[in-house]
Amino acid sequence: MAVLNYTESSRKVEEAIYDRVIPAGEGWMHELEPGQVLRIVDLEGNQAADTLFYHAEDPEDHYSAVATMLGQQNIYLSTGTVLRSESNKGLLKIVADTCGRHDTLGGACSAQSNTVRYAHDTLPMHNCRDTFMLQLSMYDEKYTKRDLAPNINFFMNVPVTPDGGLTFADGVSAPGRYVEMQSIVRTVALISNCPQLNNPCNAYNPTPVRVLIWDK
Amino acid sequence: MNSIWNKTIPAGGKWSGTIGKGKLVKFTALGKGANLSTIMYHANQLTERYNMPDTLKAQHTSHLTKGHVLMSDNGRVLTSIVEDSLGWHDSISGYTSRKETDEKYGITTYQELRNNWLRSGEENFAVELVRNGLGVRDLVPVLNLFSKVFCDKNGDMHYVEDHCYEGATVTLRTEMDTLFIFSNTPNPLDLRNEYSSVPIQIEVFDAEPVKDDDVCVNFRPENKRAFENTWEYHTLLSDSKSVVLK
Repeated sequence: MAVLNYTESSRKVEEAIYDRVIPAGEGWMHELEPGQVLRIVDLEGNQAADTLFYHAEDPEDHYSAVATMLGQQNIYLSTGTVLRSESNKGLLKIVADTCGRHDTLGGACSAQSNTVRYAHDTLPMHNCRDTFMLQLSMYDEKYTKRDLAPNINFFMNVPVTPDGGLTFADGVSAPGRYVEMQSIVRTVALISNCPQLNNPCNAYNPTPVRVLIWDK
Repeated sequence: MNSIWNKTIPAGGKWSGTIGKGKLVKFTALGKGANLSTIMYHANQLTERYNMPDTLKAQHTSHLTKGHVLMSDNGRVLTSIVEDSLGWHDSISGYTSRKETDEKYGITTYQELRNNWLRSGEENFAVELVRNGLGVRDLVPVLNLFSKVFCDKNGDMHYVEDHCYEGATVTLRTEMDTLFIFSNTPNPLDLRNEYSSVPIQIEVFDAEPVKDDDVCVNFRPENKRAFENTWEYHTLLSDSKSVVLK
């Protein structure tokens, strides 16, 4: 196991300007001003918060997993990681992280990928991509399925081995662990709190996450 | 067997076009150190495209070689890798930008060098996406044929310089009508000082029908189900053969 990178935050919960719990299987889409800080808290541990970002002034410029990894020549996200857009603009920077590592290779579950990964009869099950699409449909008609690029899985551990394997390992998260990121530009955040019931990495029990926002 | 079509993409070049289902698309590196950045879309439904995470997690792999399939975001197989002389193609390193190209190799211009100026993946893809009615919002992680990038146990990414030899080949079989967009530009993690792009030959052949013992169909149960989803699509569209989803 690689070294994990823990950094605590000095921000106080009572000073947050926004505080909301996203139940398992629900979505959230919200605009952040430059300088604002978004914290996502894994309330019960080993939950996956599937997250995308857009440049609010250029919505066609979506979060890019590859640009983010290339920017640091490392595949794991933690404190210091700049979350980059497809055009390589810095959208946000991770400023605190008590989980130590987050994934951006595993993507989001969908009805269709569930049929591939598990069984054809999983097709009706609730999934992250449905949540993303429902949120996009309610938020603004300028966002469409074309804007669903591969996302971040906060609190997920997806190790890649030197010989080219990829596994979904047991979580490195735990109840109350959080990740905090500061917006560099005006950014739209899109979260699906993952409803996956087929994967042992959340003990088959999706749980809520909490989002908090602080002004600069 | 004679190809029904062939094309050589020069160093720095690009190409886009639709190749119908049931073809073999054979790529040959005409020099060492090749890298062909590739994106694939379903030609009849362009919002369906190659999905790197779905492809990797379904097959429990971060590299791609014979037996693996390249899945769309709709749980279907766009293309399968049916032959491969290298054993590793890169799925996580993306394409070069104009800025990186200028910084790494020096600023080059059309005015000064005419068609010898150094192209970037960013611009090659932008042009071919727009040509096909798409745009930069449709950019997703690309496949880098011929390149090897591995991650050490800390997650640091490493490009392997001597991976691709002259004459290396890889062959994709189209399982759906597929729009390919190619940018023959260096791997972003290739640290060599010279612009390392080399010409790549593409040949297209008619493929034999997929048999029950096909290496890609049987590579993993996940692959079989993705093929079944693909066959279901073709059954509903036009094929008369029925498909049972098991």
